[in-house]
Amino acid sequence: MSKSSDNLIEIRDLDYSRGSRPIFRGLNVTIRRGEVTAVMGPSGTGKTTLLRLITRQLLPDNGVVLVDGVDIGTLSQTELYRMRQRFGMLFQNGALLTDLSVFENVAFPLREHTRLTNRLIRHVVLTKLHAVGLRGAADMMPRELSGGMARRVALARAMVMDPEILIYDEPFVGLDPISMGVIVRLVRRMNDALGISSILVSHDVQEISTVADCSYLISDGKVAASGSPQELHTATSDLVRQFMHGMADGPVAFHYDAPDYEEQLLGRDAD
Amino acid sequence: MTLVREVYETLVEFVRTFGAFILFFVELLVHTPRAVFGRFRLIVAQVHNTGTLSLVIILVCGLFVGAVLGLQGFANLQRFNAEDTVGTFAAFALVKELGPVITALLFAGRAGTALASEIGLMKATDQLSAMEMMAVNPVSRVVVPRFIGGCISVPFLTAGFSAIGLFGAYLVAVVLLGVDVGAFWQQMQQTLSIKDVEEGIVKSILFGGAASLIAVWEGYNCIPTAEGVGRATTRTVVITAIVVLVVDFMVTATYL
Repeated sequence: MSKSSDNLIEIRDLDYSRGSRPIFRGLNVTIRRGEVTAVMGPSGTGKTTLLRLITRQLLPDNGVVLVDGVDIGTLSQTELYRMRQRFGMLFQNGALLTDLSVFENVAFPLREHTRLTNRLIRHVVLTKLHAVGLRGAADMMPRELSGGMARRVALARAMVMDPEILIYDEPFVGLDPISMGVIVRLVRRMNDALGISSILVSHDVQEISTVADCSYLISDGKVAASGSPQELHTATSDLVRQFMHGMADGPVAFHYDAPDYEEQLLGRDAD
Repeated sequence: MTLVREVYETLVEFVRTFGAFILFFVELLVHTPRAVFGRFRLIVAQVHNTGTLSLVIILVCGLFVGAVLGLQGFANLQRFNAEDTVGTFAAFALVKELGPVITALLFAGRAGTALASEIGLMKATDQLSAMEMMAVNPVSRVVVPRFIGGCISVPFLTAGFSAIGLFGAYLVAVVLLGVDVGAFWQQMQQTLSIKDVEEGIVKSILFGGAASLIAVWEGYNCIPTAEGVGRATTRTVVITAIVVLVVDFMVTATYL
């Protein structure tokens, strides 16, 4: 396989601003085929925005996002929808359709895009629900699920079409340790067994270390560091060390930009 | 200069919103055939949501509006010894004006707000984005069935409102106040023409389309926060009320 075909997604010189606030400035990221790629970074750094740019839910101001060599920004809506059938995405809050049961939520993409019989759909859906441990919750409605359960159902839905690329937005938030362990192993196992590629946005440095092949640390609109989780753990850069070891002091300020604390407390504006 | 700039920016924003609204309407129409033939069950569900579930409020209000017309009609027409025409008076008022207008306003308050807030909440909780990511167009899956459901419901609700209103007028005028039953119905039958009924039907179709379109537009384009959804539901009622009354005037003028 040639080097270019190893790169499933390439983001080149990407600029994106929200209003007057720049989010990315000249961002370059490469997602390699068959790997679990983690995207990390401090809060508000634009990790979820990056996922939305990769899937063209947002369009960049400058730069390109290439999926399998195709500039996703140039696709017509029909072509884009065809491309998106290759993606599965797990949203931060699950984004389950609240008027459908757990079973119907997972069956939704199959009913929309295939002509499978009800019997076959039932088999596929129950298999996926079993994989996330929620086969017994098939008849429940989303309002009856906890946050963690909802995200596991959403994971089953994301993988029901057997996508080539699975995108996870904060998959470990709100999961109990048992569920987290199962999901971490599931992410890795699915990636290897099905030969898919995974993009994972998370703050959870510990879990990322066990599951990711390659990690990108994004800060200040650019890639601050990249490499295997082990390489990031042993990196000498102050920013990488601060993030990977959860240190309060370092280049990333804990406090959002604000006027002088003492002046604000004691100044005239206080009245 | 600031005032000029503000006026200019408001104008630009208005044109942009109006253009987006037209594009939204066109997209909605483009997806309508697929929804009618491919998502018929969703449309039926929405007729139930917007129509059947609005039936109680429509019928109760219709009954009392008709009863008031019976009372007012009797009290005023009696002065000219014309109380037998109270049926005609109530029928004209209900079929041509009050039926379509009040039904549309009640529909906006009951079903329009529900549509706007439901779609708005789906947006706020990423359900519409999730559909997009599953290569399912949310306009086709979510918006069109609700729009068509509303368009179908309003004319039927209007018919129900007018019918029960006439019954309310009959109860008050004939049963309570002693107007001759034969005169009540016969006068109505002789005076009310097909054109009058047609005017009511045309109005109910237009109001149903307008109320449903405004509701789905507001929900689909709301700011995806609790405040944004709340604002969208309020705007749905306010804008629908204004549009319904303006369109009512225009249609009435056309039919005169």
